[in-house]
This record gives sequence, C-alpha cells and structure tokens, in this order.
Amino acid sequence: MANYIGQAVKRVEDQRFLTGKARYTDDITLPNMTFAALVRSPHAHATIDGVDTSAALAAPGVVAAFTGADLEKAEVGGLPCGWQVDFKNGDTMLEPPHPVLAVGKVRHVGDPVAIVIAETRHQAREAAELVEVDYGVLPAAVDMLAASAEGSPLVHDEVPRNVPFDWGLGDREAAAAALAGAAHVTELRITNQRLVTNAIEPRCAIGDYDPARDHYTLYTSSQNPHVIRLLLTAFVLGLPEHKVRVISPDVGGGFGSKIFHYAEEVLAIWCSRQLERPVKWTAERSESFVSDAQGRDHVTTARLGLDADGRFVGLEVFTHANMGAYLSTFSTCVPTYLYGTLLQGLYTTPAIYVDVTAVFTNTVPVDALRGAGRPEATYLLERLVDTAAHELGIDPAALRSKNFIPPFDGVEQPGYQTRVALQYDSGNYQGVLDRALEMVGYEEFRREQQAAREQGRYLGIGFSTYIEACGIAPSAVVGSLGARAGLFESAIVRVQPTGKVSVFVGSHSHGQGHETTFAQVVADHLGIPMEDVDIVHGDTESVPFGMGTYGSRSLAVGGSAIVRSLEKVKEKGAKIAAHLLEASEQDLEYAGGKWTVRGTDQSVAFGDVALTAYVPHNYPEGLEPGLDFTSFYDPANFTFPFGAHLCIVEVCPDTGKVTLKRFVAVDDVGNVVNPQIVDGQVHGGVAHGIGQALLEGAIYDSDGQLVNGSYMDYALPRADDLPAFELDRTVTPCPHNALGVKGAGEAGTIGATPAVVNAAVDALWHLGVRDLDMPLTPQRVWQAMRQAKSSQS
Amino acid sequence: MKVPISVTVNRRKYRMEVEPRLLLVDFLREVLGLTGTHVGCDTSGCGACTVSVNSKAVKSCTLLAVQVDGAWIITIEGLSGVEEGELHPLQQAFHEEHALQCGFCTPGMIMAARELLDRDSMPRDADIRHALEGNFCRCTGYENIVRAVRRASDVEK
Repeated sequence: MANYIGQAVKRVEDQRFLTGKARYTDDITLPNMTFAALVRSPHAHATIDGVDTSAALAAPGVVAAFTGADLEKAEVGGLPCGWQVDFKNGDTMLEPPHPVLAVGKVRHVGDPVAIVIAETRHQAREAAELVEVDYGVLPAAVDMLAASAEGSPLVHDEVPRNVPFDWGLGDREAAAAALAGAAHVTELRITNQRLVTNAIEPRCAIGDYDPARDHYTLYTSSQNPHVIRLLLTAFVLGLPEHKVRVISPDVGGGFGSKIFHYAEEVLAIWCSRQLERPVKWTAERSESFVSDAQGRDHVTTARLGLDADGRFVGLEVFTHANMGAYLSTFSTCVPTYLYGTLLQGLYTTPAIYVDVTAVFTNTVPVDALRGAGRPEATYLLERLVDTAAHELGIDPAALRSKNFIPPFDGVEQPGYQTRVALQYDSGNYQGVLDRALEMVGYEEFRREQQAAREQGRYLGIGFSTYIEACGIAPSAVVGSLGARAGLFESAIVRVQPTGKVSVFVGSHSHGQGHETTFAQVVADHLGIPMEDVDIVHGDTESVPFGMGTYGSRSLAVGGSAIVRSLEKVKEKGAKIAAHLLEASEQDLEYAGGKWTVRGTDQSVAFGDVALTAYVPHNYPEGLEPGLDFTSFYDPANFTFPFGAHLCIVEVCPDTGKVTLKRFVAVDDVGNVVNPQIVDGQVHGGVAHGIGQALLEGAIYDSDGQLVNGSYMDYALPRADDLPAFELDRTVTPCPHNALGVKGAGEAGTIGATPAVVNAAVDALWHLGVRDLDMPLTPQRVWQAMRQAKSSQS
Repeated sequence: MKVPISVTVNRRKYRMEVEPRLLLVDFLREVLGLTGTHVGCDTSGCGACTVSVNSKAVKSCTLLAVQVDGAWIITIEGLSGVEEGELHPLQQAFHEEHALQCGFCTPGMIMAARELLDRDSMPRDADIRHALEGNFCRCTGYENIVRAVRRASDVEK
C-alpha cells in the first residue's frame, strides 16, 4: 500500500478548471429557461404596506412576478434553523419565522420582497425596478449591545430584548472563585468583527420542473446538496423527497456561506413549478453582500486568572453574539457548541465558564464562516495569553509551555477531558511550538527587535497556539446538544466489471481537491492505479446521502466511509479469490492489486475478481454477484487538529501601517494524504485569517445600511497584501479513524488572526499600547500610538 | 436596435449583431458560450472576467461588446495551443504548483499573469504580486499562484 498516500499527487480535477471547461451553476443553460431578479428591501427595518407588481408585469419579456403574499397563499414554509439551543433556564429557543419572501415587515437591507421572472436577465432586472413597494420605515436595531437592552426596537415582536436564546457552559462558581483567588487577572474586551464571506463565485440557483415526470431538479452552488434537498422538501415546500434532485456542480468556493438553505433555492424550484419552465437566478455581487450569510460578530469580555507561578487558574467569558435578522440554518450552534467548547485551548486551565447571549439585529443573518466559532474562541484565548505574558513580564512562549496539556496519543495515554465538554483525541502541543520557534529563530528575532527599537523601528512577534474541533460530528453527541440532523457521511464504492472503480461520496468538493485525495486513498487500499478511480459527488441522484462539506470533515468522516466500503470490497473479493484459487480465505493476502496464497506464487488479480463478480459462472455458492458496497460512517469523536502560528510585523511609527514580515505556521492535522493540497488549505486559511486581522470588516451605519457592500469598499486580501508563508507540520495521528486524519480546511483561519494582532501589540507594547481592535487599519493603529503617547506624557 | 460587430475570438472570426449595452463578458459567455470567463462582481473589482484584448489583459466587464469591434481576443479556452490537451506554460505551472482550488478565479488570474509575462519575462515575486492585485482569490492565499507564475517565467526564459 501507500504508493499514493502521503504523495503530492497533482490534482486530477485541474484540467477542466485550467482550460475553461469547468461547469459552475451559472454556466448551465437549459432550453426555454427564464431568468429571475429579486426585489430587495433598501431599508433595514420597515413595514411592508403594499407591493404593486402591475408595472413590472406589463414590462417587456416579463413572464411572472410573485410576492410574499403569493407564497403565503401557496403555503410555502419558512426557512428552517437546523440546531435548537434553548435558554439557560430551560425555556425553548425563540424561533421566529424566516419567510422566503418577506411578509408584513422587512428586517434587513437585502431582505427579499418580490421576485420577477422574464425571458432575459436584463428584462428581469429592469422589471424588478418597476415593482412598487410601500414601506413604512421603522427605527432599526443595529448595535447588538443596544439591541439587547430594554427599549430597543424589536426585530421580531415576539422576541423580547431581541434575545432568541442564551447559553452557558462550564462551572460558573468554580471559575468565579478561581478568578477571585488569582494572583493576577488579565481582562480584555474583545470585538470579533463581522466578516463578509466572499466566495468569489456568487451564489446561483436553477429550478427545473419537469411536468412529464412530475419531477424537480435544482442546480445550486451549495456545499451540501442532500441537506438542501431535505430542508427544501421536508420543511419548506412539502415536496416528495424522491421527486427532487439537487445537483451542486462545480462550486466556486464556499467558506461556509454555501452551507445554508437560501430563499433563492426555494424560489427557483417553486417558480419553475408555477411556470413549467426552468428559472435561473444568479446573484450580483452587491446582492451577495446583503444576502449571503455573514460571519463572526461577537463582543466579549474575558478574564483569565493566573497564580503567582503563571499557571492559568480560571477563565470567564461573557459574549454577545449577533445573529442578524433571522436564525440562519446553523447560526445557533456557531457561537455556542462550536465556540464555548474550544475555550480550554491547549491549556490545563482547571475552571472555565462561558456565557453567550444571542441577539437579533436588523442586519444580514450571521452563520458559519471558515472556522465558525473556533476562530472566535482562539482569538480571545490567544489574545488573553499574550496580554497576560506582557503584563507579567513572562515570555509568551514560556507562559504557554508552562500551561500546555502534556502530550498524549489517545492510545497509550487516554484522550484529554476538557472542562468544556470535549475530549481531545491526541496532541503534542509543545512539539508544534518548538518547531515554530526554531523556524522563526526566536532568540535572534528578540535581539533584532531590541536593536530595531533603538533605531525607532517597531517590530513585533505574535503567538497563536490553537486547537480546533473538526471531523464534525458524532450524531448522538450533537443530537443531545440540539442538532436537528445526524452528521455522519456516506460512500458507495462500486467496482465495475472491468475493475474500474467509481466512488460516490456525500461530501462535496468546492476547491478542496476531493477528486484527487479520495482517489489516492482508494487506489492505495485496492492497489490499483489512480486513473482507474473516479470520484463522483454533488448529485443527490447518484450519491446515496451525505451531509456535505464543512467543519474540516470530508476526509475524516467522508474518507472513513470510503475506507469502510473498501474493506467490504476486499472482504467479498477475498471470498471470490479463494474460490478461484481453490484456497482457504485465511491463507490469502491482498497486496499490489492481487490476492496471493501466502507462501506461493498463486494469485488472482483485482480485475479478474471484479469480472468474476459480474460474470459469476465459476462462483462461490450462496454469494451474491456484484462488487458494490455502501457504507455510512458516524465518527466516534470529533478530531482535534492543532498548531502554532507565529507572525512578525513591522509597524510604521509615522502612519500606523502594519506590514507582515514573516508568517510561520506549524500545523498538526494528523496523517496527511496529499501534502500539497494540505499546504494549499493552510495558505488559504492563513490568508483569510490575516484578512480579518488587517483588512476586513462589515460596517453597518446606525440605519442598518452596509456601507462597504462592494469590492470598491470591502477590503479583501490581495496578492500584494500578503507575505510568502513558511509552513511545516508535525504528525500526531487521530486515534479513532482508519486514516488517522484530523482535517485541514480551517486550521489556517483559526490560527492566523490572533498571531497577527498579538504581533502588532507586541511591537507597540513598549509605547503603552495594550490592545488593538481588528481590522488593524493604519488609522486605528496610529490613533492607538497617539493615545498611548499622550497618556504617558 | 442591434449593432454589427466583427471580432476574432480564440483565432476564430465572428460577425454578429449585438445590443449596444451588451458587456463583453456577457457576449463571451452568453452569445459565444465561452463560459470559462467568469463574473465575480459588478464593480470591476474581482478580475475573474479578465481576458486578452489585443494582447492586453482587460476586465471584460469594463468593455461593451461594441467596443471590441475589430479586436483580437483570447480567452482561457483559446490560451493553449491548437492541440487538444496541450497546456500553455502558465496553465501547466498552475497545475504543478497547485495554484488553483475552486478554480473560479483561475481563468482571470492566468490571463492577468500572461500579460505580465509578456512584458516582463523575469518578474520578481513582488512584481508578480503587484501585477495580480486586480484579481481576487479567496482559496489559495496567492502563495502558490505566485510560485506558478514564477515557474512559468522560468519555463519561458
């Protein structure tokens, strides 16, 4: 085995992307297709006092127009939330309806009010401008702290104080007592700003109803087509699930924003049924900014207590989490179970309590964004640790080492039970930090920093040692925590009569390279060339079921399902081989693509066994023909990748501009199937994390208008904003899945952000700067330097 | 009212009548069916629609189809040689260096890089990053894109 696993095999899917032959949803044109445009609210909060579509209907090329009232009449359901998080006192989560088209009230800029369908895209867009909506503008709840105070305008009348749920985890008394008795307490108020996800492919949906078969097809830019089908059929439209096919073809990036079930998917299918013609909707970027779920947006007060030796004794965290105007599909688990559970970090902190208040505001809904909850947890923890180190005059590396959980492999030594519900699988935390320190040349850097300071140059180094919970997720565990879904994965391994292998997987690749990585796994396990393996994904008609791709789960969960099916193939193959070789199954070994009778040269090749399975003339009695297995894999635990990210910055004393000089990332994602693909995942994640630290942030004004809702205004990282990244890895295999893998998709995003901010604070600490809010724009940093200077003089 | 234009795209000459408001990118995608050129924004910010017009890298959402009357245009579909399966050195280098993930920005990125290599056969990394600053990629962090352009420049030398 292992001709492919561990090798930087070049991606097999590249050819179509490199030559313009990929097929994204918007590239699909169906016969007789119509085009949809949405009428969206220009107000953050307003009553809808009337919608008049008559002028739009009279416009050239217009086929139909529908409003919220039309959908209500047709009993179209609202968009569901997939995870119930009840109040701390046991009260049920408040879950106001999220209508597909707004009825009665609009609750954020971009909330859809009507849809217009025409023969061409331009005609639909022009006619949408003719829809007259009579709005009664209301005061908006925008700032989440103000929104959760008495007297704020209510986003939903039935949700007092705009709080749909609150949540706590850990031991509140123990944490308070530990902090009361601590020799030193470090306290920070942290804003984790809202980000706009910005997959570069705008969302797109095509509904295609076939009256001849009474059958529906939805093409959609989704990370999880089966989940969309389930929500669409069972919860929103009440359609028979077996009459609906959802296809997610090539998808141009997701980063979380394409997990969720969106109104436009419902509209494309429903309108296609009304018109008996295909209906296509493609977002313009300005629509993406006000209709794709956004990410992060926490305000937190956190206190870390240390004893006189610098050991962490207690942690207390109080967070307000902005939900936006509605509860998006997985919005409720992000600031709770994907956040509070990570506050142990890599440390032995014995007492932890986290308290979260979710808040509705008149802004775009917030949901998972690359890392989802885990970046927010890591950011506050790592900011606290670096700040504590500065305050106590302890080296930040030494402070971490003093508090790290000791190494454990999860086999000889048991997993580590945290104070916040999780059991870590395996880890060697000092190992990643040591390697990162070595790569960065830590002692040398500190000398350089000192010398630079004497010349009036401000250099700083920032640390981030992170852990994340991936491989989402054990179904029973998440079910007990309120998830309304299982989180297993499935795979069919279908060996064709000629020995070629088709693998159908429920995870979905939108850049992750599954067609290569999965094929490496299959080819190695079967001892056949990769060219003989085809990976099929993204179509509910060919794949049995799947929960899709997010939470760095595809290889850890989906890959494990593939391995199960491969084992079944080999098991049955051995029975056929034994029959052909007239040997006992126990005497056979499988290697190099053939079964061999141990100690002899008698063997039968995989391809011959495959053919025999489909042409069973000379065949074991009682055995079914065929060589085709489906497996479902529900993981025993989450996986826990970890790492150390170190960043060196220089801050310009005159302008406050933060320049990244170096970025070193040492990650441990368990075993690695394709190192080049894993590096690519880390690169992209780190860039995303740096983007949050230095550049990005959604800005809403007090009326709830997103003032930087275009690429003229929203600062995505560009090539010349970023340095070359220096990467390495350690390998601590996951003990509870067959491949020993942990997941790599989110590591970079989780680790990078605090490293950058910590570096900037380190550069300016000697001036009296104690904290900086993201993004670290030159203006902000310059002001912080000025303030520090004036308060010192 | 439609306007007649004559334009060469990927070495093939087209004579068509187009609406005056039709953008070049929509002409390529919707009229000629060349969907390898992508639309990622509505403010000429993302660069996904970059094509070559008379050997210059141009964001095809910034031009009207009527403005390219008489022009010589190359899109990602026409970048490689005439032989089926043959890749341009940039396409090959993007493959070798894993410079693409979801692939959505890739055609525009390659067309922008091609113009850089046309005018500078030995760019430094900083030059590459500068030349590509009009093209967003959310997947790769640009690291492997820079390596790929460097590799392609080595090949072309």
